Amino acid sequence: MARAISTRRKIVFTIIAWTVGFLIFFPILWTVLTSFKTEAEAIASPPSLLFFEWTLENYVEVQQRSDYFRFFFNSVIISFGSTILGLIVAIPAAWAMAFSPTPQTKNILMWMLSTKMLPAVGVLVPIYLIFRDWGLLDTRIGLTIVLMLINLPIIVWMLFTYFKEIPGEILEASRMDGAALRDEIIHVLVPMAVPGIASTLLLNIILAWNEAFWTLNLTAANAAPLTAFIASYSSPEGLFYAKLSAASTLAIAPILVLGWLSQRQLVRGLTFGAVK
Amino acid sequence: MATLNTRNTARIMMAPSVILLLVWMIVPLAMTLYFSTLRYNLLSPGTGFVGFMNYEFFLTDPAFFDALFNTLYLVGGALLISVVGGIFLALLLDQPFWGRGIVRLLAIAPFFVMPTVSALVWKNMFMNPVSGLFAFIATSLGLQPIEFLEEIPLTSITLIVGWQWLPFATLILLTSLQSLDSEQREAAEMDGAGPVSRFVYIILPHMARAITVVILIETIFLLSIFAEILVTTNGGPGTATTNLTYLVYVQALLQFDVGGASAGGIVAVVLANIVALFLVRIVGKNIEA
Repeated sequence: MARAISTRRKIVFTIIAWTVGFLIFFPILWTVLTSFKTEAEAIASPPSLLFFEWTLENYVEVQQRSDYFRFFFNSVIISFGSTILGLIVAIPAAWAMAFSPTPQTKNILMWMLSTKMLPAVGVLVPIYLIFRDWGLLDTRIGLTIVLMLINLPIIVWMLFTYFKEIPGEILEASRMDGAALRDEIIHVLVPMAVPGIASTLLLNIILAWNEAFWTLNLTAANAAPLTAFIASYSSPEGLFYAKLSAASTLAIAPILVLGWLSQRQLVRGLTFGAVK
Repeated sequence: MATLNTRNTARIMMAPSVILLLVWMIVPLAMTLYFSTLRYNLLSPGTGFVGFMNYEFFLTDPAFFDALFNTLYLVGGALLISVVGGIFLALLLDQPFWGRGIVRLLAIAPFFVMPTVSALVWKNMFMNPVSGLFAFIATSLGLQPIEFLEEIPLTSITLIVGWQWLPFATLILLTSLQSLDSEQREAAEMDGAGPVSRFVYIILPHMARAITVVILIETIFLLSIFAEILVTTNGGPGTATTNLTYLVYVQALLQFDVGGASAGGIVAVVLANIVALFLVRIVGKNIEA
């Protein structure tokens, strides 16, 4: 009897949950589907969900007409570049804070967090002028540096919360066993630190990929990543739904996959370890 | 002696991060503060000290009050959607049902969509009064389609932003919900507590901290909403969808009014800092460094 009720309950919740999940996901699904339609079919009324003639022409045209891969390449360079640069700077800092904490460590961490709360418009004017004077406007290197700086606090924080979980006794034990410093690093520390570093890398690539304040304000044609490329569809090309959809699908697909892979770390990274 | 050595090493290891962030924070902010006291427009030659005049202009400009109201509306509305929706979704995803993992992936997907994409997809393919999907649904039901971005522009943008941030709230609240001791829940159930009282007296208090964290973090990001406005309405019609961030952007990069934009930037910094103060306190309580 009890089992019958819980099975019925499970069926009801399955239906509700799948319906809600589908509705939330629907705009993305609709974009992907529309990208395979012809322009005429994309604005047809009534719209068809699946039964239309599938075509790849939009993808071909997006690439041919606007050189999609140049923007994609910029996004890759900027998001990976800024994240890797950030990791190089942050790993030693997080390491030091996790393993040799001093009375000021907490204050430094809190101060880093507070820099993240500086609204971008507060520094838009000077950054824009500095970029203009130094010839950094619309360059990949300029944008990479800015994104590295805005994400650096998150990178330090995430790494810190991961490194904090590596037990310090293990280091002592390996030292007692007579491990040389080099062996200690290669065989003990690296394997334990890698998962945390990988999670940090993943989340920050996502954040940098989707950043849409600096990427829109500091680029024009040369260094524009996908955020700016899509923004160029705001008018009047935006009315070509199928092409807009194809461009959008290409822009979000890689990061959606990465995001799904890192959903656990997302919580930790974005709440600065406050919720795990 | 050894500790002294480690301490110095630790300092050297932290130095690059600290120095970079210090420079990144102080230099531009000092420049903004300095510019905000100047008459400085990139289009007209000559600059001069004007004291607080830029602040006076900025704070008495009717556009500022519109922007302040719009900012609050946008932040409040998106928070309402994402937090209330997030609590509901987290409770739903915590139930036993088939395909939990997949539904969870579907529900968190909007968070990974870049702002320009979600804004344009919603604007064109859903909210367009002629060929959008909402217009089709409305006409099939015999209703007049709404011109979303003309009639209710700010609410429309709030909906888009709410959709983007719903997964973030859901994911964090779900994480918090799953850390709730199941014995406690079962005990309450055995004592005859109904679903509502279980929610009010056990689940909600348990999630309170996570909810606070969600509200504060989202507020920081929502105060700086920019791309969604840029690609949908350009802040219009009039100033109907201009928030503080967008207002400063217009002054800086469209009107080239460095002085005025800097004053606006400082006002935005002060407002964000009020929020930040609360967040730093809450997060600070939870680390043992």
